Amino acid sequence: MGNLRSVEKALEKVGADVEVTRDPGAVRRADAMVLPGVGAFGDAMDNLRKRGLVEVIREEAAAGKPFLGICLGLDLVFEESEEHGLHEGLGLLPGRVELLPTKLKVPHIGWNQVRIEKESPLLADVEDGTFFYFVHSYAVVPDREADILCTTEYGCRFVSAVEHENIAAFQFHPEKSSAPGLSILRNFAEGVAA
Amino acid sequence: MLSKRIIPCLDVRNGRVVKGVRFVNIRDAGDPVEMAAAYDREGADELVFLDITASHERRETVVDLASRCAEELFIPFTIGGGMRDEADFRKVLKAGADKIAINTAALDHPDVIDRCAQRFGSQCVVVAIDAKLVTGEGEEKRWEAYVHGGRTPTGRDAVEWAVEAAERGAGEFLLTSMDADGTQDGYDIDLTRAVTAAVDVPVIASGGAGNLDHLVEVIRDADADAVLAASIFHYGTYSIREAKEHLAAAGIPVRM
Repeated sequence: MGNLRSVEKALEKVGADVEVTRDPGAVRRADAMVLPGVGAFGDAMDNLRKRGLVEVIREEAAAGKPFLGICLGLDLVFEESEEHGLHEGLGLLPGRVELLPTKLKVPHIGWNQVRIEKESPLLADVEDGTFFYFVHSYAVVPDREADILCTTEYGCRFVSAVEHENIAAFQFHPEKSSAPGLSILRNFAEGVAA
Repeated sequence: MLSKRIIPCLDVRNGRVVKGVRFVNIRDAGDPVEMAAAYDREGADELVFLDITASHERRETVVDLASRCAEELFIPFTIGGGMRDEADFRKVLKAGADKIAINTAALDHPDVIDRCAQRFGSQCVVVAIDAKLVTGEGEEKRWEAYVHGGRTPTGRDAVEWAVEAAERGAGEFLLTSMDADGTQDGYDIDLTRAVTAAVDVPVIASGGAGNLDHLVEVIRDADADAVLAASIFHYGTYSIREAKEHLAAAGIPVRM
């Protein structure tokens, strides 16, 4: 929905050549993959399966093609989710997705700060404590601590971004987070072009 | 920590901003997209566009506005103005808007809230409530919800309506005090507090902002999650940055 067009426009803004597609062949031909998404985990996986995209994404990711997940696209990276029953994810990284373990209002919506947990070229010009825009009810729990890129405090500390080799994914919306968000997308696009 | 939000509101008619603006470095102060992008650069957390085009032409102008904003605006934005049903929601969300504000349609057919929340998620369903004080002096305060841009009373208690709308799946409220609107005397603290105490979803306070202390008061004393303002920003009385510095100095978390 809106998210898709917003991500497309934001990537174009930072100079990327973007194609919105459901075609597995187009994913194979691309230099990088971006998986946005707002909605339910199970529905999203069903749609990816129906279009024959699950295998393509797994194979291309395993072959080292840069992958960027946003919001639900972060959740889908992991092996399974407890969102409305148990669902299998893409399993690009080990770990699972659970309901945000907070006593505060869920969904967590609005601008919140991220703590940068490790260095990454994607966050080259992003300062620790920068605010980004979040809309989500679930949070990822990676098996490997080394995959954690950012964390955020919302009545609990949760993982707000992960990165492992060619796989990066963000719980917040870079395409809706003004200049700092665009800088992440620019860093991703430039990394692909380099 | 989740920040409180400052949200400029732009009234748009036939694709043009209605109120004048004093931005420097802006070529066309009537162009909503250029103004919106300037607010994004200044640090606005979100934007609200209210389309006040005559209703028979409005559907197209709203979609066009959402579509053009999505090209240049990289913060969340809400569009309101005559949206009636799921089909309207679908079109405007697909064009790139993040949220849709509904008022008259929701009071006419409250189940439109349920359907849109189920279909598109609560986070994009903003219920706008225009409330007017209907009690006399000495009585316990009560507010009535109005529709059609504040022209038509509905007989509905505004706070009760907010509770029902939240149960149906409203993700946020845009609460405008018709009594305070345009006065620049400050937000209606009692009204805002009555609604924030009654519902568990974010409330954007609107109507009456005249200075920066007003923003602090409605957040601190009425628990508003966000403040909407038009004139104080459009006419350049204060910049977004000044507003945020003022909130920060009062101990309110803001995105700087």
